[in-house]
Amino acid sequence: MEDDPQEVGEVPTDRKPVRRSVQDLMRPYYGLKFPYNEFCQWLSYGNDTKLPQADSNFFQRREFCFTLNGDIFVRYQSFKDKEELRRAMSTKLPAKIDIGPVYNVDPQRRKAYTGTGPERGFQPVERELVFDIDLTDYDDVRTCGKEGHICGACWPLMAVAVEILDASLREDFGFQHILWVFSGRRGIHCWVCDERARKLTDEQRSALAAFLSVYKGTEGGIARLALSTVSNSNHPSVERAYRMLSDAWTEHILPQQKLLADEAGWEGVLSYVKDEDVAERLRGRWAREQGRLTSGDISVERWAELESEFDKVLESKSADRARKQLLARNKKEIIFAYAYPRLDVEVSKKMNHLLKAPFCVHPKTGKVCVPMDPSNIWAFDPEQVTTVHDLLEAEKDSQDAAAADAAMEAAVDTFRHCFLDSLRTASKANLVAKARANEGLAW
Amino acid sequence: MSAWLERQQARTIRPAADGPVEDITHQRISLYKEPPSGEVCIEECERFAIDRLRVLKGIEEAKTKGFKGDQLHGLVIQLADKHLKCATAEETRWKDAVSHFVLRLAYCRTEDLRRWFLLQECELFRCRFKNEMPTSQVEFMRRHNFAYEALAGEEYQGLKADLVKVQESVGNFAFAAEIKQPTSKDAFFKVPFEQVPDLVASRRVLLRGGAAFVSRHEVASLVVGHFRAGLSHSLALTARRWAASIADEEAERLTPVVLSLSERYLGPDYGDGAPKGPQDVVMAAQIPALAKQSFPLCMQNMHSRLHADSHLKHFGRLELGLFLKGIGLPMEEAMKFWRAEFGPKISGEKFDKEYAYNVRYNYAKEGKRTDYTPYSCKKIISIPVPKNEAFGCPYKTLSPADLTEQLRAMRLPPRSVEEVVAKARGGHFQLACMAEYEGRHSCLCDEGINHPNQYYDESRKVFLEQQKPAEPATGAALQPGVPQAKSAIGTPPSIVTVSAT
Repeated sequence: MEDDPQEVGEVPTDRKPVRRSVQDLMRPYYGLKFPYNEFCQWLSYGNDTKLPQADSNFFQRREFCFTLNGDIFVRYQSFKDKEELRRAMSTKLPAKIDIGPVYNVDPQRRKAYTGTGPERGFQPVERELVFDIDLTDYDDVRTCGKEGHICGACWPLMAVAVEILDASLREDFGFQHILWVFSGRRGIHCWVCDERARKLTDEQRSALAAFLSVYKGTEGGIARLALSTVSNSNHPSVERAYRMLSDAWTEHILPQQKLLADEAGWEGVLSYVKDEDVAERLRGRWAREQGRLTSGDISVERWAELESEFDKVLESKSADRARKQLLARNKKEIIFAYAYPRLDVEVSKKMNHLLKAPFCVHPKTGKVCVPMDPSNIWAFDPEQVTTVHDLLEAEKDSQDAAAADAAMEAAVDTFRHCFLDSLRTASKANLVAKARANEGLAW
Repeated sequence: MSAWLERQQARTIRPAADGPVEDITHQRISLYKEPPSGEVCIEECERFAIDRLRVLKGIEEAKTKGFKGDQLHGLVIQLADKHLKCATAEETRWKDAVSHFVLRLAYCRTEDLRRWFLLQECELFRCRFKNEMPTSQVEFMRRHNFAYEALAGEEYQGLKADLVKVQESVGNFAFAAEIKQPTSKDAFFKVPFEQVPDLVASRRVLLRGGAAFVSRHEVASLVVGHFRAGLSHSLALTARRWAASIADEEAERLTPVVLSLSERYLGPDYGDGAPKGPQDVVMAAQIPALAKQSFPLCMQNMHSRLHADSHLKHFGRLELGLFLKGIGLPMEEAMKFWRAEFGPKISGEKFDKEYAYNVRYNYAKEGKRTDYTPYSCKKIISIPVPKNEAFGCPYKTLSPADLTEQLRAMRLPPRSVEEVVAKARGGHFQLACMAEYEGRHSCLCDEGINHPNQYYDESRKVFLEQQKPAEPATGAALQPGVPQAKSAIGTPPSIVTVSAT
């Protein structure tokens, strides 16, 4: 919001001399390109079927929040079905659409239920478990840019976050219906849509978010980490994250972020090394060889040197146990501090927190908030994401137009095969099972 | 729901008890499903409720002080014994139930009150449950039909290595070693992770596919989960009934008691309730020296602002004025003090016209003639403070930089300054004040700080103690003495603590 609107013009353009603003393109986007079918099938959770247990009011009780041009928030919108939603979007042309919880009653008629009593009659009853990770929260550890910046060099931080959270949500918590979405500019969103996840209380959401938060903020330039303080053993879930981080660390993050390429970089890393001896040796060596030429990557090489210095102590017979433990811990701390997912936990804690809907268009970049395949997350390129300009300003029947349409189709396809198909099967099975259980009771 | 959840319902195993156990637990712990029936007079209702409130506030205070684990457990049991235990088990149970249900009424009315009550009651319940023998714990769970699936067989063997890791990561090395034994068994229950949010949040359980594996040492978390869910639900119901009918029906009897209970400050009120001996009287001339030595930062700030500006705005006059009354400044002396402080700017005549009323008001000689009591920390912290005003709690209102500067100017040891500022930044204003007290007096502050006058009294005690060997009995220039007001209620065991969230 803070950006100069002209920034949009920076996106390379060789197709049309004059480009329309993103907002101008919302009418054709909502009219022609938005995947209403898939979108509404998702948010209906099988209640749009003719199954006897289907709750035909379900979709109507969901809150949508429209951000109209000029940052006007219109909360508590609700729609009977796909057609009503389509009509509202095509006429109001929201710059952004947020999805809220499902309430006990239609949110538009909430006023009739807000009694004066201490118990509000109007309250959320279910809501996807959501996560929001934003690259701005990594500004103290990324070297390629700050704030709204995103590029191939910082994407590995997001990719490894997807890997870690996806693994924990599936293996630890047993969730299966997880949607990952590129947020349109500099972050990612996650929607966990299993019924069990949607029914979590605020307290349970907070607990889950705390479980996943190893990184607890930065104080005085040093990350606060919730690693075990009493032992070198960490919770198996944290150990799994460490294995994933370690791979991403040397393969992607170190070289792309050039974390040890200059003095500022290595000082940052060495501030986690509490063994003065080791830190001093590395500092001296790297300072002496400043500007050394190498065929490989300087950061990766220096990390290898750091590891070997660490190992010298860890394998030495004379070093005492406490010192070895501290060093082993420090190495983990560096990697967790620089690369562990930095969750915006407030988003996850509350049932009634709003989150931007997938397939929205980011008003500044014009990029579509496309779903991502978590099993192929390293191949995702945030710089190549389809924009409304690609979709709507390419010359008719040109190659570009075809390419843009194909990209949009691929995004919808990812939505279907990574998420919607299995969700729909499960939702229907769930409703059938409920119907059976009810019949059982009737007997 | 996942398949194993359904399976679980089918093949539920209840934790086995070691032979028949006498059903005694219900005398000590209760889920408070049914209100007690019997007759109890209003005064007793209130007395019981206040006693329970002391326990609950004591729990809150201990937690803000950072008490954890065994330390917290011991303290809570001690508090419960002190305030809720009666001569017979029967009476204890009666008092426990009555006090719980009265407070339930008092604390059902707003979201904040409910959350507070729920939090403290759960802690009390947890400690009491943990205090029971394992056999009676099992008996309690059996009686209330808390059934959990035991982790056994191949599944247990397959998870062992990870279970050990979790225990090691939280420092339970003995238990970890025990699990490693090939013969170990019956060490874990398998429950949906939703039932143990506290254990999930602190990563004290292994999770696999939505199941949490809870060790038998943590079974209290499970039972507390049931307790919490039940009480939370009941509180919501009570709230509805309170608004719908009870408040009106009981307008003459219970309602006033209930309304006052949730706002009760349990320390001594430092009003003029207890007559003060002559040694308790403070003279206007002593105030500057006393301020430097024994005023808490809030009062020191206002005093120095008053001195520098020769003026203090309304709330400041009220807060400082009542505090001074509380330390034993008689009205005539107060008049002298304020007149002198205002002197450079405001003529005696103007003072008599515009400000003397204030002073008399504070001493109940004007207006409603209420004998106002000095403000507690809770109140001072909760008053909103506009910019550039001197009243309010400085640990809340000052920026870390300003606070640091002030504390340094007071010659507080650097380590204390750091601690105070850290506490204040964390929103623990009373703990910050306590740290300042400890730094200034180089002694521990056991009770915490919950009232500026309490700060002052404790401080005087320390200085008098220090003076004793050198100057026995009397003769000290600064000796307003130790007030005896506390005997009225006894040393407050529980203290209202407010911290920002």
